Amino acid sequence: MAASGIIFIGFVLLHMYGNLKAFSGHDAYNEYAEHLRTIGEPMLPREGLLWIIRAVLIVSLVVHVYSAAKLWRRSNHARTQRYVVKKNLASSFSSRWMRWGGLTILLFLIWHLVNFTIGKVNVSGGATNDPYNLLVDTFDTWWMTIIYLVAMFALGMHLHHGVWSSAQTLGLTNNARARRNAKALGWIVAVVIAGGFSLVPIFVLAGVITK
Amino acid sequence: MKVTLKIWRQPDSVSPGAMHTYELDGVSEDMSFLEMLDVLNEDLIVKGEDPVAFDSDCREGICGMCGLMINGQAHGPEVTTTCQLHMRSFKDGDEIVIEPWRSDAFPVVKDLVVDRGAFDRIIQAGGFISVNTGSAPEAHSVPVPREDAIRAFNVATCIGCGACVAACPNGSASLFMGAKITHLGELPQGQPERDSRVVGMVAQHDAEGFGGCTNIGECTAACPKEIPLDVISRLNWDLHAALRHGH
Repeated sequence: MAASGIIFIGFVLLHMYGNLKAFSGHDAYNEYAEHLRTIGEPMLPREGLLWIIRAVLIVSLVVHVYSAAKLWRRSNHARTQRYVVKKNLASSFSSRWMRWGGLTILLFLIWHLVNFTIGKVNVSGGATNDPYNLLVDTFDTWWMTIIYLVAMFALGMHLHHGVWSSAQTLGLTNNARARRNAKALGWIVAVVIAGGFSLVPIFVLAGVITK
Repeated sequence: MKVTLKIWRQPDSVSPGAMHTYELDGVSEDMSFLEMLDVLNEDLIVKGEDPVAFDSDCREGICGMCGLMINGQAHGPEVTTTCQLHMRSFKDGDEIVIEPWRSDAFPVVKDLVVDRGAFDRIIQAGGFISVNTGSAPEAHSVPVPREDAIRAFNVATCIGCGACVAACPNGSASLFMGAKITHLGELPQGQPERDSRVVGMVAQHDAEGFGGCTNIGECTAACPKEIPLDVISRLNWDLHAALRHGH
C-alpha cells in the first residue's frame, strides 16, 4: 500500500503541475502535452517515456488495489459479529473513508481516462484532437466540473490519511514528533494536490481560462 | 441512581446471543462499574436467573482481565480499565450498552467473557527473551540509555487487555504487538531475538485471524495504558529489517 501509494503521490504532483500550464494559454498547454510524447527522443521512441510511466502506474495500481482488497477482506473476517454501539474516538474522517474514497477515485479514474486519454469524449460535442480545447470544453460544462471537484475532494481525503499512513507503514514515525510531522505533511500534500488540480476546472467555469 | 443496562447474553460459545435489558436501581456513584454488575447479578440470583458472566481479576487496573465494550467504547468513557471505571462517570437514568470484545480471534465463552488465548499464542511466537535463570547478573554491567529505558518501561505497561483489538475498525492487534516489540526491542536483552520475534509474532497474529492495521488510531485512544501509535511504526520498521536480513 505504502510503496505504490508513494508512486501515485509523485505522479499526481507532476500531473497537477502540468495541468497548471492551462493558465499559460492554448499554445503553452498543447506544447507541454506534445513534449510529454517527445521527451527522451531520440534515445527513446515517441511516447517512450510516457509508456514507461504508464507501465509503472498500472503495476502500482494492481498492487495498490490488490493490497486494499486483501486488507478489506481480512478486516471483514476479523469481526463478523458487529457491535450494537461503536463510537469513533480518535480516527479521522479520511482514515475511515479510505476504502470507499479509494473506490470513488478508481471509478473517477476510469471516467477520467475515457474522458481525456483513451476515448477522448467531448461532452459539448466539440473537437477532441486539441488537448487544450478539450479541457476548456469539458470544464465549461458545469456538471463535469462538479464531478471533477468531488473526485478531488475524495483524492484530498485519501492523501490526507495516506501520506501519514504510508510513513507509519514504512516505520518512519517512531516518535511523537515524527508522527505529528507526518500528519502535517498529509494535510499539506492533500491541500496542494487536490487544491492545485481544482484550480483549472474552477477557473474554466469562471471564464478565466477560455479558448 | 437508576440505570438501564443493555447487556449481551450468550449461554455458551456456540449458541447465538442477544441483547437483554435490565433496570437497576439504587446504584451509588461510588460503586465501580464491576461492583454495579455484581449488584445486578445478586438481583438476578435472587430472582433465580442466570447471572451475567464477566471477567475480572485484580480489580486494580493492572491485570488486563476485565474488558467490556461500554456504550461503544472499550473500557467505557474514561481512559482506564473497566474495573477502575466508576459509576460517577454516568448519570441517573442513563442507558448503558455492554458488549463483549468483538473479534473473531477472541471468541465469546459466555455473555461478556471472551477467550484472549490468541494473545498468549502471539507472545509464545516471539514476545519473550531467552535467558538462563539463576542469579541475576549485576544490573550495571549492561548500560541502557535513559531514553530507551523510559520508552521500554512506558510500553511495558501494556497489560494485554485487548482493548486495542476491540476498538480497531479492522480488528487488528498491531498496538499490542507493537508494544511488546518496542518494549523488548529497546533493551539490550531483546536484541538477539529481535528479528525472529517480529516475524514470529506477526505470522501468529495473522494466523489467529486478526485484521491488518490501516493506521486509523482508534486503538491508542482506547488503550487504558495510553500506548502510543509509534510502537506500530517500530513494529513495521523491525519487520522490514528482519525481511532485509533474510527472515
